[in-house]
Amino acid sequence: MLKIEGLVCRYGKVAAVRELSMEVAQGELVSLIGANGAGKTTTLKAISGVLPPVAGRITFLGEDITRAAPKRILQLGIAHCPEGRRVFPHMSVLENLEMGSYLRADRADITTDMQNLFERFPILHSRRHQAAGTLSGGEQQMLAISRALMSRPKLVLFDEPSLGLAPNLVERTFEIIKGIRAQGVTVVMVEQNAFAALELSDRSYVLDQGRVTMTGTGSELLNNPHVKAAYLGA
Amino acid sequence: MKQGLTIAWLLFLASVPLWLNNLYVLHVLIMAGIFIIAAMSLNLLLGYTGQLSLGHVAFFGIGAYASSLASLGFAVHLLPDWQVSVDPKPVWFSMLCGTLIAGLCGWAIGRLSFKVRGAYFVIVTVSFAEVIRLVALNWVELTQGPMALNNIPYLRLGIPGLFELSFLRKPANYYLVLAVGVICYVVIRRLVHSRAGRAMIALRENEPLAASVGVDVTRYLVLATIVSAGMAGAAGALYAHYVRIVDPDVFLFIYTVTMVIMVVTGGKGTLAGPIVGGAIFGLLPETLRALEAPPEVQWVTYGVLMVLVVYFLPDGIVPALRNWWHGRSAVAAAPAPEQASTEAAR
Repeated sequence: MLKIEGLVCRYGKVAAVRELSMEVAQGELVSLIGANGAGKTTTLKAISGVLPPVAGRITFLGEDITRAAPKRILQLGIAHCPEGRRVFPHMSVLENLEMGSYLRADRADITTDMQNLFERFPILHSRRHQAAGTLSGGEQQMLAISRALMSRPKLVLFDEPSLGLAPNLVERTFEIIKGIRAQGVTVVMVEQNAFAALELSDRSYVLDQGRVTMTGTGSELLNNPHVKAAYLGA
Repeated sequence: MKQGLTIAWLLFLASVPLWLNNLYVLHVLIMAGIFIIAAMSLNLLLGYTGQLSLGHVAFFGIGAYASSLASLGFAVHLLPDWQVSVDPKPVWFSMLCGTLIAGLCGWAIGRLSFKVRGAYFVIVTVSFAEVIRLVALNWVELTQGPMALNNIPYLRLGIPGLFELSFLRKPANYYLVLAVGVICYVVIRRLVHSRAGRAMIALRENEPLAASVGVDVTRYLVLATIVSAGMAGAAGALYAHYVRIVDPDVFLFIYTVTMVIMVVTGGKGTLAGPIVGGAIFGLLPETLRALEAPPEVQWVTYGVLMVLVVYFLPDGIVPALRNWWHGRSAVAAAPAPEQASTEAAR
């Protein structure tokens, strides 16, 4: 579904990703793990078109999207759920969700999708007129995920979905991501919490200094002595 | 009820020249009106897209100069043996030219400077305004430099031989400014409530996120700059044909600062904010003068009031009033808080 070959990304002169290659098949849940500065977030930015790569090739469903505009990539079906501030703080919950469907013209379907999301996350419905910035961290995360789903993506990129959340919310977030995958949406996830990420994902890529150093299924990597020592602290 | 209030306000504003026979006060109102239009245009950039243009007066001045020059006609040597001359054009056409040329400059500045954001954008706009001021000062053949453009014709509208409206006297100019102000208000209102406006607000709120949901960042920033610059240009054109003399001082930095003060104290990112801020800080200096306070007291009062507003109402007067109003109605009726938060989100 998604194929990356020899990806190189730079911030000015600093290379953040060097010659990275990876592949994601339809319906998979793939995670990228690695230390700070390994190039995980950069890779996601390159996929969604926010940061055009210097070299390499990214294809999605057979189409070359290496230097496509973020808008085009979104239209093809890749939604990006960026890390950090995940919502538009002064817009209401409803408006945030509407922004998620910004490129869609099918009004009736948008309303249906929104109804479905509200059924899934009743708390968002009860707070729909509240400014998103006043929601709790967990609620904001739900909103961010819901917003990403409002574009009806085929592939969702999650950047650090568990960052800054209380442990029980982290678990809840991972449950939601699992649910998304169960609906047939492909997921690529960047995660600091290597243990949780490996447990959750079908396959995983371990990144170090902008390169893939290891790859395998979640359970393979969980039992790999090197991964254990470096990322799981065991 | 809200609509009724708007109509009542408009009727009141329209009735002012009928009962006010003090021409000096009317002049003050006209000037405040022109500044309010400029402040509204700045608000589109500063309040809705979050970009601080500290060279906004450049668009105002470009509108004033372009409109005056088109209505006066001019001849300049672009090369030693190549002269370009333009015959005097009707004033309404000149004013449109002023608006369009200012908008065009907005487009150029927008394209150039939205590669840079924040402090860098501020610097680009400040330098732009300063360069334009120096051009106006030194390109004597075109602008008359410090001698200023004099005897700028006033606006006349009508069908020759049938009737003519002349905008020489103050009441006529008052209505003209009011009409342009209402048009600008309606345009901005429609714009910010449209898809494009939603995109602009999303940009202000969180630019990377806006890009990630498919908002074409540069396109909407440039669009906002064009509209904003065009409106500032229209305000400049109104100014030129009302005051009927334009000199390079229209580019002074202090006018930009005044606009920023009006927008920020009134409430940036609200439709009414620049109007309220513009009314207060546009009328205050003249009011203090009328009270015959000593000059230093006048400026100290102006400054202190500004500091007080910014300190106690950091979001501006309009949002503060709105919160207060909704707070009151929330106590009175139960379902109100929901409404209050949507309004606050706007």
